[in-house]
Amino acid sequence: MEELNILLLLFIIACAVSVSLTKNLLSAVIIFMAQSLAMSVVWILLESPDLAITEAAVGAGVTSLLMFAALKKIHRVRDEKHEKEK
Amino acid sequence: MKKRNETLLKWLNEGSETLDQEMMESLEGDYLAGDEKQETAVTKKDESSRFHMIIRSAYIRISTAFSVVLCIALIAILMYTVMDMPYFGNADTLVESEVSEFYIEHTLEHTGAVNVISGIILNFRGFDTLGEAHVLFIAVCSVMILLHIHPTEHGAHLMAYEYDDASEEPHDDDILLTGVRVLFPLIVMFGIYIILNGNLSPGGGFSGGAVIGAGLILYLSVYGYIRTRRFFTMRTFRILTTIALISYTCSKTFHFVTGANDIKAMIGIGTPGTIFSGGLLLPLNIFVGLVVACTMYALFTMFRKGDF
Repeated sequence: MEELNILLLLFIIACAVSVSLTKNLLSAVIIFMAQSLAMSVVWILLESPDLAITEAAVGAGVTSLLMFAALKKIHRVRDEKHEKEK
Repeated sequence: MKKRNETLLKWLNEGSETLDQEMMESLEGDYLAGDEKQETAVTKKDESSRFHMIIRSAYIRISTAFSVVLCIALIAILMYTVMDMPYFGNADTLVESEVSEFYIEHTLEHTGAVNVISGIILNFRGFDTLGEAHVLFIAVCSVMILLHIHPTEHGAHLMAYEYDDASEEPHDDDILLTGVRVLFPLIVMFGIYIILNGNLSPGGGFSGGAVIGAGLILYLSVYGYIRTRRFFTMRTFRILTTIALISYTCSKTFHFVTGANDIKAMIGIGTPGTIFSGGLLLPLNIFVGLVVACTMYALFTMFRKGDF
């Protein structure tokens, strides 16, 4: 259990660092999502399933969706329609 | 950004003095980030705007330096505070806090909630949760103020653009459609389960509401606005959140008035472990869940389209 904990924490730190280093905004959001998911597993290991459910739903789900929507608004996500036109 | 630069160049070449202040400012912001070659080409035209540009770039440099210093100071202060906190996982530090011990020992007998956390956040700290629900409601209101499209001439243009954007939504993808048809009821059912079992098992109004909200967003992004508008519009959002917030406030006030005046509460704590136990916990969970689910969905819709 201890090893899994350490592995997850290292993964979270690596994600947190790489989010700020990534140039591509879309990949940054996806890395952020992965970090949230790892965090929710850590919450379960810390025996707080309440927080784990909330983290998985809000952190990995809704927040990332809102960021995707924002990226779409500022045209940082290439969509198929525009690609075809080109 | 390049497009914007081009429009500004065109406008300046035509000698247009009617460029409104707002447009000018946003364009200048882009300029400073853009390459300097173009900048000099334009500023040659107008000496005063060049002076303006220099002041602006100095201002940006100073404010950047200031924010960096502020961030470092804030990090240092927070790090210093963390050193004063009790060590993680140390059994002795728990003794210092009588409150947590009281909660762990007496929550069941006072509130009838098997899930201690639910008992704390909805009973002992009920008004905190009421504040949180209102914060979510206010967040939606402010997003509405920021992103709402006013029906002016410019607004109509934007609206047409947004409509075009939204009409792309229903994808003709069989895997996506079938997957959502199977998953959507399950996700919503799981969310309802979390809310209703809030006083028995991990979870509660907030997590369940977030799950339902995420399910609604999934449905929306696959089936499009025309399908979701049938059962969820701006009016539904307003009615649901207002009713939920008012009912939460009323039931919490009832709780506190009866408790403070030694009036025997009509609603007992029931048998711990059954779904109707814990007095008002079940309805309170439902109200919070409604507010959170509506908020999540409304936030996404407004980010996506500017309006419902």
